[in-house]
Amino acid sequence: MPEAKTVTLNMGPQHPSTHGVLRVEVELDGETVVKARPVIGYLHTGIEKTMESKLYYKAIPCTDRMDYLAPMSNNLGFCLAVEKLMEIEVPEKVKWARVCLTELTRIASHLVWLGTHALDIGAMSMLLYTFRERELIIDVYEACAGQRMMSTYFRIGGLAHELPRDFEKKIRTILKVIPERMKDYEALLTNNQIFINRTKGVAVISADDAINWSLSGPMLRGSGVKHDLRKANPYSAYEKFDFEIATGTNGDAYDRYLLRLKEIRQSLRIVQQALDGMPEGPYRAHVPGVVLPPKEDVLHKMESMIFHFKIITEGFKAPKGQVYQAIEAPKGELGFFISSDGSNKPNRVRVRPPSFINLAALPALVEGRLFADVVVAIGSIDIVLGEVDR
Amino acid sequence: MGLEERIPDSIILTSLDKMVNWAHKRSMWPLGFGLACCAIEMISTFAAHFDLSRYGMEVMRPSPRQADLMIVAGRVSMKMAPVIKTLYDQMPNPKWVISMGACASCGGVFNNYAILQGVDRIIPVDVYIPGCPPRPEQLMEGILKLQEKLEKESVKDKREEWGRQVV
Amino acid sequence: MDIRQQVRDFLTQRFANVIVSEDNFRDQQSFTIRVDGLFDLCQALYDSDLDIKYLADITSVDWYGDTEEANGRFQVIYNLYSLKFQYRFFLKVRLPADKPEIQSLTPLWNGANWLEREVWDLMGIVFIGHPDLTKILTPDDLEGHPLRRDFPLTYEVPQFSWNKDAPPEVIK
Repeated sequence: MPEAKTVTLNMGPQHPSTHGVLRVEVELDGETVVKARPVIGYLHTGIEKTMESKLYYKAIPCTDRMDYLAPMSNNLGFCLAVEKLMEIEVPEKVKWARVCLTELTRIASHLVWLGTHALDIGAMSMLLYTFRERELIIDVYEACAGQRMMSTYFRIGGLAHELPRDFEKKIRTILKVIPERMKDYEALLTNNQIFINRTKGVAVISADDAINWSLSGPMLRGSGVKHDLRKANPYSAYEKFDFEIATGTNGDAYDRYLLRLKEIRQSLRIVQQALDGMPEGPYRAHVPGVVLPPKEDVLHKMESMIFHFKIITEGFKAPKGQVYQAIEAPKGELGFFISSDGSNKPNRVRVRPPSFINLAALPALVEGRLFADVVVAIGSIDIVLGEVDR
Repeated sequence: MGLEERIPDSIILTSLDKMVNWAHKRSMWPLGFGLACCAIEMISTFAAHFDLSRYGMEVMRPSPRQADLMIVAGRVSMKMAPVIKTLYDQMPNPKWVISMGACASCGGVFNNYAILQGVDRIIPVDVYIPGCPPRPEQLMEGILKLQEKLEKESVKDKREEWGRQVV
Repeated sequence: MDIRQQVRDFLTQRFANVIVSEDNFRDQQSFTIRVDGLFDLCQALYDSDLDIKYLADITSVDWYGDTEEANGRFQVIYNLYSLKFQYRFFLKVRLPADKPEIQSLTPLWNGANWLEREVWDLMGIVFIGHPDLTKILTPDDLEGHPLRRDFPLTYEVPQFSWNKDAPPEVIK
């Protein structure tokens, strides 16, 4: 009797459902996956090395391009890390505006996840619906900063410009429209027998395994671990907001789907609170020599013009030391580790990428299961290759 | 159409050219090939708000053997460059390439060891679209420019000699 | 007693000979420890009741060309988190330039697998005992470790109309 041998199949870098340039080498025995090995690096950009050669605030646009589905949360992480290093205290209005926009970013990222995940499973119209909702949020980005995706709106010490005049009107429209449309999504998918068959019991990971693999974000919370950095180590005024942490029970793809829908609803709640209670005040801290002065002052006062010139050409000198600031990005725990050697450029910027670490657990999720579950698992981890490869 | 290799140079074809060009430009099938951030804008262009299927590009084929337009959307890293060349070689003639975004056209924001400074170093490009990322309207303008370029083509042209001089 | 003091007591009682210094820059507790004591220290922290079962990150810093290089060129930083106390602290290790080797933590944490592979690929620090120490991010034909300070950024001068005929000039 000849022994059964396994077939090695290559889900190549160009594939309709790998969410970018991810390559997975799967060894199959019939339809069962014996071994799955992700190969990454097809989008490696050397962002960390590029940031070492730029001044501190010139490195902010580089952070946008990492997790390009949620660009404002990357900006927030980097700005908070540099503000921690320089010990800058930002005004209250800046903190609340940052919370409002970061939660909108979370909603936008989860909408894209929902559209592409459902597309992989076969529900093709979900992509068209969620991208239509995302256009409303992109409209807010464009009003704030002028750019649809890579807005770079958060700067060191505050915001890039004042909040736009129709900020509140646009967000109230979003708060009215999105809950209605969410009912449509739930009617399409939550009790759909095909969706349940494809996601229930698929890509399961237990709570102990999730902690051992250093997973974070919805991957960790889907297994029952109640850990959210917005509640555990709050940053940027999150302690003043009232929201719940969504957790799952089984750790399978269906629980993560329900969890992310609940996160969208909680984010809408936070945006509502932020809009109702937004304090008045300046949109930038006043730290001469470090934070760029507002443009009205630059055009009228001499000291502001001199500081503006100095900051743009030479930057500011950071104290020697190493800081780490972690935020709860839509994909998980996004951390920025900045090591400074006392000059005006960072010595080392390290980004703790949640998608990279979550993707490392892919073999544990799919080995022993059917091949069709690989696609569901990749979609359920919610990776974005710009962050995996940096 | 294998006919075009057998037509001698002394024959001028006008109405056949017009018909073939009209058929080419109104029903191009793009290859589903998004690399990075520009891919999201490309998907937005294909989605409901800015609809690209009114230009005939409704069907996005995942296999290069069935596609004739390759929109390189995103930054091309050194590890991905041989893959792109293989995909381009696998596409059958006639084929066109749109380089979308600053990173695909010239390296963009990133000028370092890991990013190929422009995808036109390995494959010939027809239309370059600047932007980081380009708005959906800019992508549609680029596609319209490609259609204008298509109107000047003829059935007799040999597609293999087209394109910029590849370095 | 607060968690910061508990961690300090735990480490100074059992591993006082391994700790070189402690530092609290911007309220972040970090211990610089010696290379040989790392694995036992992490094993003890894993088994203790401080609930240090979450390894958040492994980073490396290259101090080439700086005055700090005298203490050891490479620095590896382990980012540990306690889920029960919601507390984060760091372990830092200095490695010399001629022998950048350190014990791998993959027996304790599965998440350390890809993190250590990335540190090897980008910085060149060898992890002894790692099951699969190969390149993960850079292309296979790239020699060298990109994130080291003596690896050039390889910036190409953009071509304008006055220098477009020559091949592109690479500034190292």
